[in-house]
Amino acid sequence: MPDVNEMGINKAGMNKTGMIVNGVRIDESFAEAFDMRATALIITADTAAWAEIAAVSLTGFATSIIACGVEAGIDARLAPEETPDGRPGVRVLLFAGSTGELQKQLQNRVGQCVLTSPGSACFAGLEGIEPLKLGDALRYFADGFQISKRFGGRRFWRLPVMDGEFVCEGTTGLTKSAVGGGNLLLMGKSVAATRHAAETAVAAMSAVAGAIMPFPGGIVRSGSKVGSKYKGLIASTNDSYCPTLRGLTASALDEDITSVLEIVIDGLTPEAVAEAMRVGLAAATALGPEAGVVRIGAGNYGGKLGRHHFHLKDLLP
Amino acid sequence: MSALRFQLREAPPQRLDCSPLTPDRLRGLSLAEIARLPLQTTRAAITVGDLFTIAAGDAGTIVIVGGSALMDEVGAGMTEGSITVEGEVGIRAGRGMRGGRLHISGKAGPYAASGLLGGEIEISGDAGDFLGGPGPGNPAGMAGGVVVVRGAAGARAGDRLRRGVIVIEGDSGDHPGSRMLAGTLVICGRAGAAPGYLMRRGTMFTQYAAPLATFSATGSVDHVFRALLARTLLPPSAKIPSAKAAALIGGAALARFSGDLAGLGKGELLIADPAS
Repeated sequence: MPDVNEMGINKAGMNKTGMIVNGVRIDESFAEAFDMRATALIITADTAAWAEIAAVSLTGFATSIIACGVEAGIDARLAPEETPDGRPGVRVLLFAGSTGELQKQLQNRVGQCVLTSPGSACFAGLEGIEPLKLGDALRYFADGFQISKRFGGRRFWRLPVMDGEFVCEGTTGLTKSAVGGGNLLLMGKSVAATRHAAETAVAAMSAVAGAIMPFPGGIVRSGSKVGSKYKGLIASTNDSYCPTLRGLTASALDEDITSVLEIVIDGLTPEAVAEAMRVGLAAATALGPEAGVVRIGAGNYGGKLGRHHFHLKDLLP
Repeated sequence: MSALRFQLREAPPQRLDCSPLTPDRLRGLSLAEIARLPLQTTRAAITVGDLFTIAAGDAGTIVIVGGSALMDEVGAGMTEGSITVEGEVGIRAGRGMRGGRLHISGKAGPYAASGLLGGEIEISGDAGDFLGGPGPGNPAGMAGGVVVVRGAAGARAGDRLRRGVIVIEGDSGDHPGSRMLAGTLVICGRAGAAPGYLMRRGTMFTQYAAPLATFSATGSVDHVFRALLARTLLPPSAKIPSAKAAALIGGAALARFSGDLAGLGKGELLIADPAS
């Protein structure tokens, strides 16, 4: 009987599963994810570059609801024939813990980042169960010169601005079926190889519709656990996965691991999160343990906090 | 199931109130009950059966064969289904419609689409004066829906228009868009004299017009709004497509005029070929 610690890791440095894909050890673990409120927008501009700038600006500082209010990211780049106004566009997704917070962030971010961006327009990206105000809230910026147009069953606001006109749909849709907190923990023998594996996985996962990876470049290096020794801090460093804390804490890391990166996934549906994790697992394991990572795990809270459990064994390529 | 058909046997001896002949009002009635419905507008009684040969069918799809300029209020107040008139109609066709579709293959008299609230009306011929205008005593005209006239329209098309889209593929008479409150009026041909006279808000597109002195040139308008509107007039979005209107709206740059500054002045004329 091997000596196994509380995280299920034995002292010989092996996870307790024995699942190995292309030489990469896969934990018998699961990502624990939560219900979230979400919405989507389509941002267009005269050029794809300016649509991208507006979208990047809107989704900036939106990595975690712990301190950003929303988690947001770019879902897809849209060709002119895919957008309401026939111009290049970007679809962005925004996730929050409550409808009120989502509405507040939506209004602030579109008002400060899209309305202000040259040549932009903003449209609903989701037909949800109930509306969230978009142009219906921003129209007051036009100081009485706003023009309402309703056609095809949709209301659009035209706001005179200095470069012409900002066109913004009245509302966008809200979904309460969104899921936040899907994740993969990539563990490698070197910092560079781990980063390479994470970049490769994120690049593949970006193609999955309806899912975003909200952290910088889709990657988190400072994974967190719930709570802290300090009063008032709701999250603190995930010491079990910090390589330098082996010996000081109940480490989850094997001896051959020197770097861990996490990919967090938010999706409009549980299926989108599962698909993104599946694609990420396939991309990361395809690199093998030398070019990529030696082990892949997932973060959870014992299954008691979130009702969505994405088991890695169900998502393997 | 085939359509419920009304074949006009002879010219009506008086103006008719055809508003009872809508899917909502005929659904569930027997042919005998339909034949007894009154259509007269004078003291001389006339019923449906006196003038029309009725062929049983689905009351949700009504076809009236053989129109007349004396057939008033065709499709008035309908909320669903469709009515097709193979011929012309009198005044107030589609008045106060809330939904459904009305197609008139001939011309329509004055006040067609008056007070329209929803649904679609297609007039393959010409339309009379006050297309989409307000009814007697009404402060506002058409307040929703879509009207497409394949021919020309008379004077004061879109008078007091409040919401919805009116497309006139031909020319319009004088004072189109007079006193407009909002909404969109598209004239693919020439707009008559004094377009947008006393309009408060709203948008008028036209191929050719001579704006009044109380309209101020404001350059051109962004492509975005025009592209959105043009798409709603083309398949698959449009229930009654108008390629002509979409080409005018989404095509080359349009000169924009803001007015009528004799009033509120928040309306706009968008003209492909403005008279200098």
